[in-house]
Amino acid sequence: MTVTVEKTPAAAQKEQAHRTGRRAGRTGRPHAVWALPGVLFFTFFAVVPMALALYLSFTSWDGLGDPRPVGLDNWRKLLDDPRMTQSLWLTVVLTVASWAFQTVVALLLGVWAAGRQRNRAILSAVFFVPFLLSSTAIAILFYALLDPNFGIIQKDTLGSQSGAFLAIVFVGGWQFIPFHTLIYQGGARQIPEVLYQAAAIDGAGRYRQFFSITLPQLRHTITTSTVLMVVGSLTYFETVLILTKGGPGTDTAILPYLMYEAGFKTYDFGYASAIASFLVIAATGLSLVLVRLTGFGAMRSTREGM
Amino acid sequence: MSHDTLARPAKTRQPDGSPATRSPRRRRHWTRRANPVAGLGAFVWLVIVLIPIYAMLSASLTGADKALTGNPLKPPTDPTLDHYNTVLNSGFGHLLSNTAIVAVSVVGIVLALCIPLAYVAVRTRDRWSNAAFRLFLLGVAIPAQAVVVPLYLLIAKLDLYDTLLAVILPTAAFAMPVSVLVLVGTLRDVSEDLYEAMALDGASPLRVLFQLTIPLAKGGISTVVIFSALQAWNGFLFPLIFTQSDGPRVLTLGLFNYVSQFGVNIPAVLASVVLSGIPIFAVYLVARRALVGGLMGVGGK
Repeated sequence: MTVTVEKTPAAAQKEQAHRTGRRAGRTGRPHAVWALPGVLFFTFFAVVPMALALYLSFTSWDGLGDPRPVGLDNWRKLLDDPRMTQSLWLTVVLTVASWAFQTVVALLLGVWAAGRQRNRAILSAVFFVPFLLSSTAIAILFYALLDPNFGIIQKDTLGSQSGAFLAIVFVGGWQFIPFHTLIYQGGARQIPEVLYQAAAIDGAGRYRQFFSITLPQLRHTITTSTVLMVVGSLTYFETVLILTKGGPGTDTAILPYLMYEAGFKTYDFGYASAIASFLVIAATGLSLVLVRLTGFGAMRSTREGM
Repeated sequence: MSHDTLARPAKTRQPDGSPATRSPRRRRHWTRRANPVAGLGAFVWLVIVLIPIYAMLSASLTGADKALTGNPLKPPTDPTLDHYNTVLNSGFGHLLSNTAIVAVSVVGIVLALCIPLAYVAVRTRDRWSNAAFRLFLLGVAIPAQAVVVPLYLLIAKLDLYDTLLAVILPTAAFAMPVSVLVLVGTLRDVSEDLYEAMALDGASPLRVLFQLTIPLAKGGISTVVIFSALQAWNGFLFPLIFTQSDGPRVLTLGLFNYVSQFGVNIPAVLASVVLSGIPIFAVYLVARRALVGGLMGVGGK
């Protein structure tokens, strides 16, 4: 269900003025040079390293001497490495599982919390507390609480593959659901009440209203939240490093962890750079898709036509 | 805690002539009717949130002698603050001040660089500013993890290894893409008419920036402040790889070190986690509305 908003005469006029204004003169417009410091800074500390990662992926380097060119060796190794295949699969599964868990809980909580009763405000404030701890602190907390001797569950949860995997998904959710709940709460607040009133008059029940109004109306919020979750799923590095160290065995070694181990544990920086380049390429592809999906690229005000 | 935690949009209601025996607001919105299933769900999540926090607080107060035998869910029989003393005497203040320096510097750099950038991206339409904007758009998905190896090389060449700057500079760079997006999103909503009015008055771009753009972009700016401060506060990988000694150690890395330093003394480790949460919890209590409002706005519509 979509609601098309007709452009009001005032908006059309404004657009007209906008168009002529652009032409009328450059007075009052800043020079593009203003953007230069930011661009240079970002280029130096983010873009150059990406290019450098690609270069290093064609070298062998132990971090001490000079990188030695070795052609495609690292990339060939990457394709043949069973750990890489496992790690890639694991990263995808972890991202999907975390997305499903966090989206369902955050969406339901957010819509619920969008109501305006007093107890909801108090509960929402409590729900937010986990987000105030750093990922490191949260990982350490759960590491202690899952300790087989000390912890809440007196079992070696982190010692089994499924246990360790579920623990990472749960801990990630525990940390980030508050944030996404907030996003959904904001989104749900913006749904016009008229829609619900109309639906109520038509005799639609609560659940019908949820599926026919709330969910479709929240689709942009779902996109934004999903984007942030997918991009953020790589920050599970800390959680993995502290909770499981990639174990048991290599069962929770997601890509960033694999890269960290290759680089800073075995000092094979060339191979680590190949993994890193793969991550950059995958992330760039992902980001192109996201730009499409979210319409971030369109230079339009999100409030236009309101 | 009051209603105002969660800003309520005014004006959306229309007057209706219902008698004032019950508050007319009560029945208006479907979310305001009691929904037992949703309420139960929210209660379950409350328990999931609170149990680990409770277990952490209770365990951190348990004497070291009982730590390995007790269940963390049991309240401590004779609570002690020993572990907190231990942590505070292990250089906790130093870690905290380092983290504060990193957070303030990162926020400062991000604002100083991103505000002019977003201003240019919104106000000029030439090829270059468009290209700059697209650069940051692509940067949004690039994980910092992917570039730590070359950054390590760069930091070493710049002779910054094992300094706070080695943490600050890359953290600020990787906080930039999201900040630029948020700011551009906010600045786009500033009406073109206002710009034209100021231009007609002969205001220079710099004056427009300070007198019009920045005041109107307060919401976006506070979101950016919160976002970049949280990123600095949370940062673990850059400190782990770019620093080594006690001097530039930040809080996250300090916590990680306490795990091996205190060994099986889990209550002491948990006390350090509690202490690490207190500063930001204090900020939350003071700036609750800005924090929650800023983050809530991220979703857009």
